[in-house]
Amino acid sequence: MAIGTTAGLGSAPADEGGLLPAPDAAGRRMRLQLPRSPKVLIGLGMLAVFLVVAVFGSQLAPYDPSRSFSATASFPQPPSAAHWLGTTQQQQDVFSQLLAGGRSTVLVAFIAGLVATALSVVIGVTAGYAGRLADDLLSMLANFFLVLPALPLLIVVLGFLKTSQGGHDLLIGLIIAVTGWAWGARVLRAQTLSLRGRDYVESARIIGERGWRIIGFEILPNLTPVVASSFLFTVLYGVGTYTSLAFLGLVNPNHWSWGGMLFYAQVAGAEQSGYWWLFIPPGVAVALLGTSLALINFGIDEFINPRLRAAGLSRRRARRAGVSGLPRRFVLGVTPVIRRDPAAAADGTGLIPAGGLDGRGIDGRASQARPSREQRNRARRGRDGRGRGAR
Amino acid sequence: MRMLARRIGFYLLTAVAAVTVDFLIPRVIPGNPVDAVLAHMQGQAVTKATLRALEEQFGTKSRAGVWGQYTHYWSNLAHGNLGVSTSEGMAPVTTVIRGALPWTLGLVGTATVISFVLGTLIGILVAWRRGTWLDNLLPLTTFFQAAPYFFLAFLAIDLFAIKLGWFPSGSARGILDFPALDWTYVSDVLDHAVLPALTIVVASAAGWIIGMRNVMVTTMDEDYVLIAQAKGLPKRRVIWYAARNAILPTISSFSLAVGFIVSGALLTEIVFSYPGLGLILLNAVQEADYALLQGIFLIITMAVLLANLAADFVYVFLDPRTRQEA
Repeated sequence: MAIGTTAGLGSAPADEGGLLPAPDAAGRRMRLQLPRSPKVLIGLGMLAVFLVVAVFGSQLAPYDPSRSFSATASFPQPPSAAHWLGTTQQQQDVFSQLLAGGRSTVLVAFIAGLVATALSVVIGVTAGYAGRLADDLLSMLANFFLVLPALPLLIVVLGFLKTSQGGHDLLIGLIIAVTGWAWGARVLRAQTLSLRGRDYVESARIIGERGWRIIGFEILPNLTPVVASSFLFTVLYGVGTYTSLAFLGLVNPNHWSWGGMLFYAQVAGAEQSGYWWLFIPPGVAVALLGTSLALINFGIDEFINPRLRAAGLSRRRARRAGVSGLPRRFVLGVTPVIRRDPAAAADGTGLIPAGGLDGRGIDGRASQARPSREQRNRARRGRDGRGRGAR
Repeated sequence: MRMLARRIGFYLLTAVAAVTVDFLIPRVIPGNPVDAVLAHMQGQAVTKATLRALEEQFGTKSRAGVWGQYTHYWSNLAHGNLGVSTSEGMAPVTTVIRGALPWTLGLVGTATVISFVLGTLIGILVAWRRGTWLDNLLPLTTFFQAAPYFFLAFLAIDLFAIKLGWFPSGSARGILDFPALDWTYVSDVLDHAVLPALTIVVASAAGWIIGMRNVMVTTMDEDYVLIAQAKGLPKRRVIWYAARNAILPTISSFSLAVGFIVSGALLTEIVFSYPGLGLILLNAVQEADYALLQGIFLIITMAVLLANLAADFVYVFLDPRTRQEA
């Protein structure tokens, strides 16, 4: 359960505000557009695979995950042709359990993510927009949930719940959500505060727009990347927390989940006896699911803060985008920003270097590799002019 | 100093709220905890006094109203009475926790400090050398960050303890009786602590690396860093100026991280059979020992609050702006 994701620790400076996507030159509001970096694409691809497993896992599984294959064998059997990932202590098929266990993990995590994000939007935006006493009280509530160690609290709650109705996916998702909304609320509050003072919100207020309309149409759309980031963060948190709770045996043991598989691996003493096929598949599955969410989050972070995007700019990609003469190492104080230019999209790459319209590379030397758009236009105009003149 | 006073006030209030939550949970959640405890105590003689103690603890048959129970709960707490642990032979919860707490504090405290220092340094390096191969470290750290702590613990035991045999695979010490605080004993304890500590460091450092790197990348574009560079200051000095300022947000996000680290560390202890709070927590869960569960929750909460307070002090010490408030 290692969570302090890119959204968590990473976008701390976003608290200060001012890093929000500003309306672009054309006056349109920028939509949340994930940079098409390999990180994001791999993340989305992996997440898609996990979603398929979550939906169809039980149908894809070769066997019933609870079925015992041998009454005589008393040790977990290593992977074989019949059982791709071996069998458990009870001679159940590990591969089938892995496929079947995805559903509850993904389901609980997404329930937790949805509910917690809804809570954080309502509480964070209200606190940031309303200000004064409401802000103080709601901020304090968020800070309280932030410092309260969530897992021990969840263990106590589920420990008591076990007596009556433990192991209910929806219920566990809701309980996890209650402990997971605070960080998102804090970030959203800070961003709302910085948006509230902007001119277009001020003018909407002066025109006499109602509060809910200003929040819904002026503020919320500009919070989209932050909301998306906090959603992914909470889903990631939900995956880790649900796995931890299942590992402690606090979730209905008849309900397959990856955390539950790790629980049985621990019971079988898998790590002491070298039964690696009992703990590596579920552990890697959880880690990869988390990684896919974090990779997408990288993309959102890079959208919010383009400096991070440039940081991942390899020389080859930079050259393709037309930034020539990129120094071997980055130059202090200069951030090469690559942004998408709709006008240049026709020429194939669709990318122009921020400082590159005047035909200069980021280090100030004139670009040799590609003439800028203006240069090309000028050249074309010149040619056309000459042509007409000659006729 | 007003800021610190406000923070201390907030933590006090949070502590009160946490105690209240602890008091309310068994009373709000449906089901009868006393029955559950008794069901788990089959074969043991239950005296009338024990039964009464349990009923009082969970408020099932108390004659006093909720408010009376609440004040009574506080007075018990003030006297260091957290109830009795049914899974540990009716020992007072405080005694059980006192036996486990030093191991957890030692292990988790040391590992957290190591991971913070190490992760921050690596984060600075990755940010400074951005655009180089070091950037490839980030997806890898993401994997470690997303993996559950206890899964890494499985891997560590399988690889370093069983296959390579470098370190013991569990428990906190090989010498069971406590001979004397000499080198043999200390080295034995350290030997047993290496793998669990390594697991916690590897799992938690990733968060600090990414956090520090992201803030540092932003800070390095500030004018004062450019000026420091332009003045021709040695590179080490320039990095120092940028890092000093970049570390502030990292410390302020400590509150989020420390709760996760402690929670993850508890589960790591379980895999290593390390005799800290994690292990008694697992016992408490399995044996439906609610009093112990609640006690552990309270202790962990207080420890996390103290760690947060310490981080706030460090913050005020590092950031002069917080000291000169109007």
